[in-house]
Amino acid sequence: MSDSGSDCGDGPWVAYREREEWKDVSPVPQDDGPHPIVQIAYSEKFRDVYDYFRAIVAKKEISDRALDLTKDAAELNAANYTVWHYRRTIMKELKKDLKEELRYITQVITEHPKNYQVWHHRRVIVEWLGDPKEELEFTAKILRGDAKNYHAWQHRQWVIREFNLWDNELDYVNKLLVDDLRNNSAWNQRYFVINNTTGFNDDVVDREVSYTQDFIKKAPNNESAWNYLKGVLLDRELSTINDLMTNFMCTSLADEFDTIRSEYWNYVSRVLSNKYGQSTTPTTEQTVVS
Amino acid sequence: MGTPVKDVTIPDSALRSLILQKHCDYIASYGTKKDDYEYCITEYLRMSGMYWGLTVMDMMGQLDRMNKDEVIQFIQQCQHECGGIGASVGHDPHLLYTLSAVQILTLYDATDTINVDKVVDYVKNLQQDDGSFYGDKWGEVDTRFSFCAVACLALLKRLDAIDIEHAVEFVLTCMNFDGGFGCRPGSESHSGQIYCCVGMLAIVGQLHHINADLLGWWLCERQLPSGGLNGRPEKLPDVCYSWWVLASLKIIGKIHWIDKAKLTKFILACQDDETGGFADRPGDMVDPFHTLFGIAGLSLLGEDKIKPVNPVFCMPEEVIRGNGIQLELL
Ligand SMILES: [Zn+2]
Repeated sequence: MSDSGSDCGDGPWVAYREREEWKDVSPVPQDDGPHPIVQIAYSEKFRDVYDYFRAIVAKKEISDRALDLTKDAAELNAANYTVWHYRRTIMKELKKDLKEELRYITQVITEHPKNYQVWHHRRVIVEWLGDPKEELEFTAKILRGDAKNYHAWQHRQWVIREFNLWDNELDYVNKLLVDDLRNNSAWNQRYFVINNTTGFNDDVVDREVSYTQDFIKKAPNNESAWNYLKGVLLDRELSTINDLMTNFMCTSLADEFDTIRSEYWNYVSRVLSNKYGQSTTPTTEQTVVS
Repeated sequence: MGTPVKDVTIPDSALRSLILQKHCDYIASYGTKKDDYEYCITEYLRMSGMYWGLTVMDMMGQLDRMNKDEVIQFIQQCQHECGGIGASVGHDPHLLYTLSAVQILTLYDATDTINVDKVVDYVKNLQQDDGSFYGDKWGEVDTRFSFCAVACLALLKRLDAIDIEHAVEFVLTCMNFDGGFGCRPGSESHSGQIYCCVGMLAIVGQLHHINADLLGWWLCERQLPSGGLNGRPEKLPDVCYSWWVLASLKIIGKIHWIDKAKLTKFILACQDDETGGFADRPGDMVDPFHTLFGIAGLSLLGEDKIKPVNPVFCMPEEVIRGNGIQLELL
């Protein structure tokens, strides 16, 4: 659920309370209400860093040393949102080099790819920079490690939309689906791209149905492909689509590929023919599966 | 293609009955181990941690073992000038922790111990023109925050403070082709986000926008052969996702679409009979978060040793009713 503090440290660690340049600051121990803090069994380093972090926040210190301190604090607990907030506040006031910050956050995300705060930090930095050129490659790299990383997909969608980077995305999605046809995130991205570019006009729907059909033939019990197909079919004007094909899809779904859910597909077929079939007159709402 | 289903196997030695008293003891002692590293590194989410612990104690009927006065004092110290509440003393205010604090105060019937008008202003000021909500001043938008805002104001009986119509519109733009919801428009459907969106719509009485068949289908496909539910296709089952999926199904009136006996068996298998508490999956380390969602899940599944849970607020039904909040579920 949460990232745990990692042991960091190349070279000998000098506690903040032992550093000459921090002598002017009094550390502020953790105050968690209820009981007084019992003397600490957890990592000395964690306590030391956070006592000083609380101190600089309390005195609103904006300085290079405070910026370095946030790095140590983030390294010990990347999920601490107040640390990242404070870091950005300092960066902005001291007009720090954003490119360097992007390199830094690249490294942190690589270590903690499933953490909200680090991705949000990256987004703010990219926004401040106004330059997305590393983002597609960076998210692709993270997705090579975990193809369903929700944060990476969020970030990628944001960058694509914000900076209009739609051009090669469908190719990218296609590669991912060829790699793993059960990649639900990639199916979602396919919908996202089409929906925001060409839209689902009749030609596109035809193309998508046959594209998805090919994948379903390879793996009939692939939930993600079915959901995509269903989404494309149910949601669109089907008047110009070959009725025969639609019927074929639903019948073969019910009888052949997805027999467990045959009730459901029969239901979909009924809804479709009610909605678009030429011969059927609209009837009252069909009752649902089970 | 023979991709094996990603799932867990429940060991034969797994628990099959509820060890309620052990869970109470686990939660009661959790907050006293303040010298633990584990405890200290979770300071950044302390307020939510307290909500998990106190709510689960209430559902198990032992809230009186917790120190009410100290909790309330702590919350008071966490409220900022702007009205928002932080995770702990000295932490920045955030909508997530503001909701947790309001939930705790509602359990204790003590919302009047903080400045409610200021909380309302804080929430209201986070709403954007498109109806969405920022989580805090840094501008992250997420449908989780739409839920937090609406849930918080409903508990404070101040829903009139925000633009509900736009709030609903934004949530609906996050509805996907599979009937589910993501964080932002176009984001992949995800059980946690679905819970937030469905819950948000339930609170403001707009559930009719949901395609309950389509969404219900997606949700019940989350059940794996082990009985546990996952958060997205091809993910492992988890007690917390089991709650989010189950509660969503309850809200849209499709809870009968899953196999309840199998899910009950999965959740019970996530208990630790030595320490008490629930883990995400059988055999993993327990924590208060999964303990709340394990207990809440069992409550929805009809376990009568636990108080009935409200599926939208994840708090005891009696507390929600006692507050005069009426929800129409599908
Ligand atoms: Zn979990």
